[in-house]
Amino acid sequence: MNRRVVIELTSMPRLPRHVKLRFDKQRNRWIILAPERVLVPDEIALEVVKRCTGKASVAAVVEDLAASFDAPREEIESDVTRLLQDLADKGFVVT
Amino acid sequence: MSAPDPPLAVLAELTHRCPLQCPYCSNPVDLERASSELDTATWCRVLDEAAEMGVLQVHFSGGEPTVRKDLEELVRHATRGGLYSNLITAGVLLDEARIEALAAAGLEHVQLSFQDSEAANANRIGGFRGGHQKKHQVARWVRKAGLPLTVNAVVHRQNLDHLEDIIEMAVALDAERLEVAHVQYYGWALKNRAAFLPTRAQLDAATAVVAAARERLKGTLVIDYVVPDYYARWPKACMGGWGRHFLNITPAGKVLPCHAAESIPSLRFDTVAERPLAEIWAQSEAFQRFRGTDWMPELCHSCARREIDWGGCRCQAFALTGDAANTDPACQLSSLHEGVYALAEREAGAPPPAFTYRRIGGAA
Repeated sequence: MNRRVVIELTSMPRLPRHVKLRFDKQRNRWIILAPERVLVPDEIALEVVKRCTGKASVAAVVEDLAASFDAPREEIESDVTRLLQDLADKGFVVT
Repeated sequence: MSAPDPPLAVLAELTHRCPLQCPYCSNPVDLERASSELDTATWCRVLDEAAEMGVLQVHFSGGEPTVRKDLEELVRHATRGGLYSNLITAGVLLDEARIEALAAAGLEHVQLSFQDSEAANANRIGGFRGGHQKKHQVARWVRKAGLPLTVNAVVHRQNLDHLEDIIEMAVALDAERLEVAHVQYYGWALKNRAAFLPTRAQLDAATAVVAAARERLKGTLVIDYVVPDYYARWPKACMGGWGRHFLNITPAGKVLPCHAAESIPSLRFDTVAERPLAEIWAQSEAFQRFRGTDWMPELCHSCARREIDWGGCRCQAFALTGDAANTDPACQLSSLHEGVYALAEREAGAPPPAFTYRRIGGAA
């Protein structure tokens, strides 16, 4: 991580090759596999991470979530940006 | 008692052979010889059993795991079975082609050890000439192969004052993560404790360096910090609790709740040759002995933190009290805590003795 990834509305977030979102059949839940880490995303984080495909901007992800969950856009925008920045700072999301 | 949840990760110690001789090595003092190592087919079967029981990650370690010629095959097998694989290595035996082959086999991550930021001191601690310089080369190959890199730096009184430089080194090597791990005192490290324990002032300075670097390098480098127990107030939840998330397989196939568990002489360990891994996890005497909270002494059992730190570290309790079922003296509530703190200050204040290097027969 040579320099910090800053998450903006125009960023196109995706998981790096070594970070894997998987369904854990034995435990019946989604997990994120990362170097020496197993993360268990909460419901919101899971919905965000599922949309980190590299093909949608943060703005589009926010739009999609606002529509899917019938929630206020501003609130979602701030939650999503904060979550993605936190994941980016740990190296789990790139743009 | 209901069946325990399956472990998240397996530490696969493929061998105890290693070209380095770090005097704080986490391997047991009685090192296993090459002739007792599990063969490729057995490791493959064990990896399959692990994946089937719900293990998610495998850490290939040692000794030095790259001395095994079948490492690529084991990584490929683990990947095929759906396991996320990690290589924990000293690096000095790797070349670029092998790193590329490991990446192609599905390896996801490399953790590379450094003994210091300063070459001469690093090579003195590791007991391997030219090792430090080679590790720099290896780090570049790892990144070139597109693999994420964690730099592991074990710190102690003989390199702790270089911590700023160690952090800069990790940044320069384009590591994602730096693990700054104070020596944990079991096995070899216990023999060398007086050579490694830092003073309280040294520790406090290092902790401040880490805090400042975390802020400064946010988004560039993640720093994990393992504090030394002897100066702690609360014990660490060793392995996240005995038999809760993790198991360790030795080169000869013994299945341990943690890599140091063989230092507790009263424990008997099952091997992968005798029983399926899932059965060992659920039923073996060594895992059941300290699993959960029923085994705890009253001090721990009545404590609000009993499911936070799980009574601390069993190996440390044994090393410092002679009874693995005691409260870990790292805990400030232990009657032995002050004595341990005083011992640390005393040893750290005296000139460091010469190292007992980690080698077969070296502890005799």
